[in-house]
Amino acid sequence: MTDASITAPGKDSRPSATLLPSGEKRARLRKWRYFKDGVSRYGVGAGGIGVVFALGLIFVYLFYEVFPLLVPADVSVETRYTVPGDREADTLFLTLERYQELGVRFSSQGVATFFQADDGHIRRQIALPIPEGVAITSFAHGEARQRLVAYGLSDGRAIVGRHAYDLSYPDDVRYITPKVEFPLGEAPVVVDPQGSAIIQIAIQEGPQGFVLAALTEDNRLLMSRVRSTTNLFTGAVDIRRDAFQLPSPPGNTRQILVSGDHRSLFVADDLGQLHYYDISTPTQARRVDSGQVVPEGHQITAMDFLVGTLSIIVGGSDGSVSQWFLVRDDRNQHHLTRVREFQSHAAPITVITPELARKGFYVGDASGVLGIHYATSHRTLLKRQVTDGPIRDIGLSPVNQAMLVRDDADNMLLLDLRNPHPQVSWQALWSRVWYEGRSQPEFIWQSSGATDDFEPKFSLIPVTLGTLKAAFFAMLFATPLAIMGAIYTAYFMQRHLRTVVKPTVEIMEALPTVILGFLAGLWLAPFIESHLPAVFSILILMPLAMLVAGFAWTRMPMSVRQYVPLGMEILILVPVILLVGWLSIAASPLMEVLFFGGSMRQWLTEVGITYDQRNALVVGIAMGFAVIPTIFSIAEDAVFNVPKHLTQGSLALGATPWQTVVGVVLPTASPGIFAAVMMGFGRAVGETMIVLMATGNSPVINFNIFEGMRTLSANIAVELTETAVGSTHYRILFFSALVLLILTFVVNTAAEIIRQRLRQRYSNL
Amino acid sequence: MTLKNWFKSGSPWVWLNAGAIAISMIMVVGLLALIMVRGFSHFWPSPILMTDLTTHDGREMRIVGELSRSQVLPAQVLRDAGVPIDDDIQLVTRHLIKQGNRDVWGRDFVWYPELGMTQWTYPRDAMRLERREWGDFYGFPVRILEQGRTVAEGDQLWPELQQRIRRANDIFDEIRRIERREIGNVNHRMERVRLSERRLDLQLREGRITVAERDQAMADLAAQRLVLDQEYAVLQARLDALYKDVRRDTLVAQVMDGREWEIPMAQIIRAIQPNDMNVLSKTGLYLKQFWEFMSGYPREANTEGGIFPAIFGTVTMVFIMSIIVTPFGVLAAIYLREYARQGPLLRVIRISVYNLAGVPSIVFGVFGLGFFVYFMGGAIDRNFYPEALPSPTFGTPGLMWASFTLALLTLPVVIVATEEGLSRIPSTIRHGSLALGATKAETLWKVVVPLATPAMMTGLILAIARAAGEVAPLMLVGVVKLAPTLPIDGNFPFIHLERKIMHLGFHIFDVGFQSPNVEAAQPLVYATALTLVVLIVVLNLTAISIRNHLREKYRGESD
Repeated sequence: MTDASITAPGKDSRPSATLLPSGEKRARLRKWRYFKDGVSRYGVGAGGIGVVFALGLIFVYLFYEVFPLLVPADVSVETRYTVPGDREADTLFLTLERYQELGVRFSSQGVATFFQADDGHIRRQIALPIPEGVAITSFAHGEARQRLVAYGLSDGRAIVGRHAYDLSYPDDVRYITPKVEFPLGEAPVVVDPQGSAIIQIAIQEGPQGFVLAALTEDNRLLMSRVRSTTNLFTGAVDIRRDAFQLPSPPGNTRQILVSGDHRSLFVADDLGQLHYYDISTPTQARRVDSGQVVPEGHQITAMDFLVGTLSIIVGGSDGSVSQWFLVRDDRNQHHLTRVREFQSHAAPITVITPELARKGFYVGDASGVLGIHYATSHRTLLKRQVTDGPIRDIGLSPVNQAMLVRDDADNMLLLDLRNPHPQVSWQALWSRVWYEGRSQPEFIWQSSGATDDFEPKFSLIPVTLGTLKAAFFAMLFATPLAIMGAIYTAYFMQRHLRTVVKPTVEIMEALPTVILGFLAGLWLAPFIESHLPAVFSILILMPLAMLVAGFAWTRMPMSVRQYVPLGMEILILVPVILLVGWLSIAASPLMEVLFFGGSMRQWLTEVGITYDQRNALVVGIAMGFAVIPTIFSIAEDAVFNVPKHLTQGSLALGATPWQTVVGVVLPTASPGIFAAVMMGFGRAVGETMIVLMATGNSPVINFNIFEGMRTLSANIAVELTETAVGSTHYRILFFSALVLLILTFVVNTAAEIIRQRLRQRYSNL
Repeated sequence: MTLKNWFKSGSPWVWLNAGAIAISMIMVVGLLALIMVRGFSHFWPSPILMTDLTTHDGREMRIVGELSRSQVLPAQVLRDAGVPIDDDIQLVTRHLIKQGNRDVWGRDFVWYPELGMTQWTYPRDAMRLERREWGDFYGFPVRILEQGRTVAEGDQLWPELQQRIRRANDIFDEIRRIERREIGNVNHRMERVRLSERRLDLQLREGRITVAERDQAMADLAAQRLVLDQEYAVLQARLDALYKDVRRDTLVAQVMDGREWEIPMAQIIRAIQPNDMNVLSKTGLYLKQFWEFMSGYPREANTEGGIFPAIFGTVTMVFIMSIIVTPFGVLAAIYLREYARQGPLLRVIRISVYNLAGVPSIVFGVFGLGFFVYFMGGAIDRNFYPEALPSPTFGTPGLMWASFTLALLTLPVVIVATEEGLSRIPSTIRHGSLALGATKAETLWKVVVPLATPAMMTGLILAIARAAGEVAPLMLVGVVKLAPTLPIDGNFPFIHLERKIMHLGFHIFDVGFQSPNVEAAQPLVYATALTLVVLIVVLNLTAISIRNHLREKYRGESD
């Protein structure tokens, strides 16, 4: 340095003999250097900001994926035209096929009109084979996905049809050919052998064939179970029919519904009452329960099953919309129960159309208002005036993206429908929900089921509580060990030993959690199961043994004690701990024989405690193990950095070392220790592999240490790869990731701020 | 000192605190020791025991196998499980015997009570066969058949067996080479021809080429396909011949209940008689098996064989991640420390970045799956690989996305370490450089950054250690239980970023928890865990030593 400072001005003072490049060159060089400086400044700036931005993108993107859950449903009118087909006849039923290209209208003349949904142009008209001289007296449709319709005839017979669609691809373009099939043959099926007119009819296809329920003119309630088999060679349809007569319903019947499992039948009368018949054994069928489903003086104006035929949605002349299903009481009796009341409409309800694969439904009322509701989440997603007159029919596409609405004046509207995530509401995620078939509202997480009509149960409470449970037991195990260990290491331990101990504990932090999880699940869990008493005896004996060893040590002669200097107590304790541990484990079978009648596990079950092999105890130990280094490392720093003059002052005033710890060190370092615990908690909350491997992953709600749990993180790991991209389930899993992110971020930030404050405080002391 | 005074002084608390750290240390050391012992012992040939057991109902049976572990437990537990035990017995010892022969009995691990067992013997001719299917075989060799004809018995049997196993293994290696490499190569090229044809169709539909152009290109491709078909037929014929060849020999062996069992030589990988081996030959076998474990491919739903694809996948992924994370992490750290205006906003950013290190890794996995795989990958597929749709190329989890996700996950680690390194560089050095007229960039890149290189290395090593041990996010973004091909091979373009990979950590999870025969897979899981632990501990110790070294160095210079 000195060399340069002497020679440089020397060179400058003799410009003629300078070895420096010419001024122009130097200027160019300088320019180049400043250019590079600029490039570096902006390059690094761009890179740095880019990285910060990329990290921020995590928040943004998770929000972006969750956001559609909050978007309400919407409809917009695509086209409008008058009802296609025979205008003289009434429209009885309207629906769309899955490509939303064709609509179908069943009329009171027994004609199926297939038309193009966007302009009403008729593609095909099929007249059902109604025999000569017989009139149509009633109509019913089955569950939407079965595409079944039934016409009841004036001669006590019925005709059953199914609208179906053939796909072909001439020139690589999809072409749909509609048709009507007759699953029970083209000839009408006899429902009433006495031949009186059928004034109400209901149909449902089940695993054992078809059920037709009918009310005749003379108020007899009949039920037929029809099974058809098609001969493979001749193509002839063979029909087998069992007929039953049920007790006649009271009052004037408005509508009949039969459930898909053919176990229950519902009859609505004109006084606003709904009657429930148990038809599981048709010969003993009886009316079990009746209920007033709309207020007295009002009438049931529309009624239909939700998909799965477990719930009935009832609309009344007072504009009320409610959900009903059978709830089993203590005596195993089913009762019709009002489960939910939806936002009521201002005018009488005229039509209810359920969705095909979800528990949602669409409601039209007499003032032309369309309502979109969803049962599970108890939401009313939309109420909007779409026509001036009363809505008469709503035809819904199977994929919930378009709908047909017919009003009183035979105007047909094709509506574009956007209703992607009705299943989610704050209530559905965080409150008790009364799911179909359950006896009361509950918290349940069950995202998928075996059948199409399964009702997904998206309560985040079980997994959130599971997360807290796992974290709680982990912290219960880790906090005392880590903090006490940190105090000892930072304050009492000999310096050389500390340089070994601290890195060893910190290495634990880097240990892959998959290894901890694997050991917990495959080694620790069976071990604990077969050595349960040992766990408890260790818990009790270990501290006692330490104290005894400590006191015994003070009684040792000085000549022995001098071998282990102060700050090395740990060397004496290691053999003691190993000995106690080994004794406890070796004596464990004996203890089981002596105190627990041979098997502690069995004993637990007998006193009413459920025991899972992979339980919270195992998770607590394994995850505690993962959390200890986090807490230890930060707490140790906090204790170690307590200014020495404070402790020395305390000691000089005559306090014992422990009194100094309690009176001076801990109060000073407590924010740091608190921050350490928070950091540990943050880690325990987000840990995935350990809980995934060391619990049974069942989303139960309890704080029993011998049962498992499912945590948010494990839930994501298990389910995210199995779900459809963009589905509600997918977005809920993203939401739970967001919850985890925010939770840990807040906890960590708070801990970090506390630590920074502490650092300042130390520097001021 | 009396007990009362002792308590008053607070010493008991000190002892309890010492106990806490002692327990922690014992747990760490114990855990590492457990993995070490179980992992390393996996390769040691254990003796084959033989004993006769008289069961409770008076049946006699002979047991041949390896002792897996023993247990003492209250008799009541077994009674509850339906095992009949005399009432006066309180505690029973039982042994888990690995008797192998899954094809003979269906169960390869069986618990037997010690009660009623005769003295264990270790017959010298007891044999263990390592097989490609059905797990290990335990029994006594009887004779060797060549196409149904006895060729060796008695004393010549063992050398003859070894020689024929070697022959069968050589043929098998050849078969595997043809299947993996040559047929794999043909398949790869055929797939490219197929994609080229589809691309031509697409281009024609979009009007970018004429019909004539397409037909000409199609003819070219058809010719290529013909050549490939021929190549394939040749390979297939060779394979058929080899398969026929390898099925020539059969070993007949006696199992523990006296029955004779035929084992095709093609199934046998190795035959050993551990009771007849000395320490030296056992050590040799140990090393050989250890090497096979590290370099071999998995067999039998990953429960046997080696873990080479998992090691390779882990290393490749971590390597790509390092390439991404190092420059970006360093740039961000330099920006935060050197260029950004220090103020409250920067403090918020810094704390946020630091805290991302504490965010659960699964959250990064979710982000990776949503953003990288579906969002970016989907866009790449639509724009660059339309011919492969609807089967996704990059729009599905794979190596590249796994590396990206881990890079994001480890960015905070690198940033923190680098920033710390930069902040430790004494400002005198910086001032000296600036005083000599250097620009800020020159000071930075020629003085400060080189001095901080060790810190960056530390950060990188810590990042690698973290990445190598992460499993949860990888389950979502690209790791599978069994990848048919390695991400790097001899087929163009050599590095296949879109392929799925195997991973050590996931291997542990999968084999330990998803495999049908957990008992048989356990030793292998321990060995895999050991590999991973060693890898990570070594990386961490390196990082720690670099850091300590660095601290010492700068402490000296700044004083």
